[in-house]
Amino acid sequence: MKAKFAAAPYLLWAAFFIVIPFGLVAYYALTDLHGGFTLSNFAQSLRFAPVIGSSIWLAIIATAVCLLIAYPLAYLISRKSTGGQRTLVLLVMLPMWMSFLLRTYAWMTLLENNGVINRLFGLIGLGPFEMINTQGAVVLGMVYNYLPFMILPLYSVMTKIDQSLIEAASDLGCSPGQTLRQVVLPLSVPGIATGITMVFVPAVSTFVISVMLGGGSFMLIGDLIEMEFLGNAYNPHLGAALSIVLMVIILICMALTDMFSDPEEKEGLLL
Amino acid sequence: MTKKQNRIVSNLYIFIIMAFLYVPILVMIIYSFNNSKSRGAWSGFTWKWYSDLFQNDAIMTALTTTLIVAVVSSLIATVLGTAAAIGIHAMKKRSRTVIMNFTYLPVMSPEIIMGVSLMLLFVLFQVKFSLLTIIAAHITFNVPYIILSVMPKLRQMDVHLYEAAMDLGCTPLQAFLKVMLPEIMPGIITGCLIAFTFSLDDFNVSYFVSGERAQTLPVLIYSMTRKRVSPEINALSAIIFVVVLAVLIIVNVNDVRREKKQQRGGRHA
Repeated sequence: MKAKFAAAPYLLWAAFFIVIPFGLVAYYALTDLHGGFTLSNFAQSLRFAPVIGSSIWLAIIATAVCLLIAYPLAYLISRKSTGGQRTLVLLVMLPMWMSFLLRTYAWMTLLENNGVINRLFGLIGLGPFEMINTQGAVVLGMVYNYLPFMILPLYSVMTKIDQSLIEAASDLGCSPGQTLRQVVLPLSVPGIATGITMVFVPAVSTFVISVMLGGGSFMLIGDLIEMEFLGNAYNPHLGAALSIVLMVIILICMALTDMFSDPEEKEGLLL
Repeated sequence: MTKKQNRIVSNLYIFIIMAFLYVPILVMIIYSFNNSKSRGAWSGFTWKWYSDLFQNDAIMTALTTTLIVAVVSSLIATVLGTAAAIGIHAMKKRSRTVIMNFTYLPVMSPEIIMGVSLMLLFVLFQVKFSLLTIIAAHITFNVPYIILSVMPKLRQMDVHLYEAAMDLGCTPLQAFLKVMLPEIMPGIITGCLIAFTFSLDDFNVSYFVSGERAQTLPVLIYSMTRKRVSPEINALSAIIFVVVLAVLIIVNVNDVRREKKQQRGGRHA
């Protein structure tokens, strides 16, 4: 018996549940209601260019904020004792195990007009501030939900940086800034690349955070797709075309970050 | 800045980020004991949302569905994925690369597209959305994680071990069970756990393939947050948080204890 036949059931499964469904998306995107070939779905997608643009923009902001917050944090964690590292990594992972719906819902409680934060402001005679249903709230929701996805890959490359390398740099006369630029930063590039993909992909395609924290007033491309498939605007052909647009955005993002990382290394970081 | 000041600043930074991560969760837990239905005002301590929660049929049914889906889909995915990893490992480089690229597809593509594409498949074949469609969808997004966690173990394994077992008279099945399986077991278990937790937590895919007849907990939670919000959700998140915390602490304490034992054993030897 040849071992490679063990993969046969999976290949069948993948053909039916991965290849055919993705093929269907492409088929729907390129056909009209009567099954004829058309490009009009993509032409129609262009009408939503502002929504697509703002999805990309908000996701870029959220990814940048995550990187800025997570980078120092991951470095500081990686310089702790083994026990300290273990506890802190666990603390970073713990919120990920709770449903992101519940965590986003928690922010609704905090940000509402008569929510916790506004009540606290009220005590010292300020506000109420309009916080929920703003773009800021949507970005906050993205940062809050996806921050661990940035911290963990960064931590896993930084923990491999030998402390003696950093000490050697400063012994040889590097300022802390130079050590960061010339030693830590180059060694952590694969982690940065993985982190960016892992935050940007879910952020650009979310359709829940924008509804819950944006109040439906800030549509993202995910919301459009959801509406075309399950909402009142039912039109799977347009929805499929928008899905392909989203896929292209993500492939561009991955192509950009892939230039900095080695595929074998990525496999280890994902898990 | 002195070393001491440095340490204070760095600990303060860690503390602030951790507060950012945990304050919303703490607020929810506090509000799960709030007597008032409104989310702002505090009007006394109560357990009633917890008892309401357990009497809420919709939530309990959804919880059962979620657990069934998670157990069944992660187990099937584990078998399918382990066999696949062994098969793919034995292939030539060219076909291996092609198949691994397909395997990465569900991992890398956004969940909403997976959900939408599976929805189109089920609609095309006129399969009614039910427990089975949810399980099939979960298996599909779980298998890649099994393959990706078993593959590295197969690469680390010495190929000659398996051949030696066969030379010494093992049947292929015996060689698999007694030599290969123990070697790759850690990868299988990690993969299975990852699959199980992903399945428990999934919303984006389940949302598109679940109908009236079967709903997982996240899908139900989402529909609850769309309507008048109920404080039972706070109680539910408090319970989930405590359970997850307990599991993580137990696993972690066990790990530490085992490591210490190994270290001590090492010193004696």
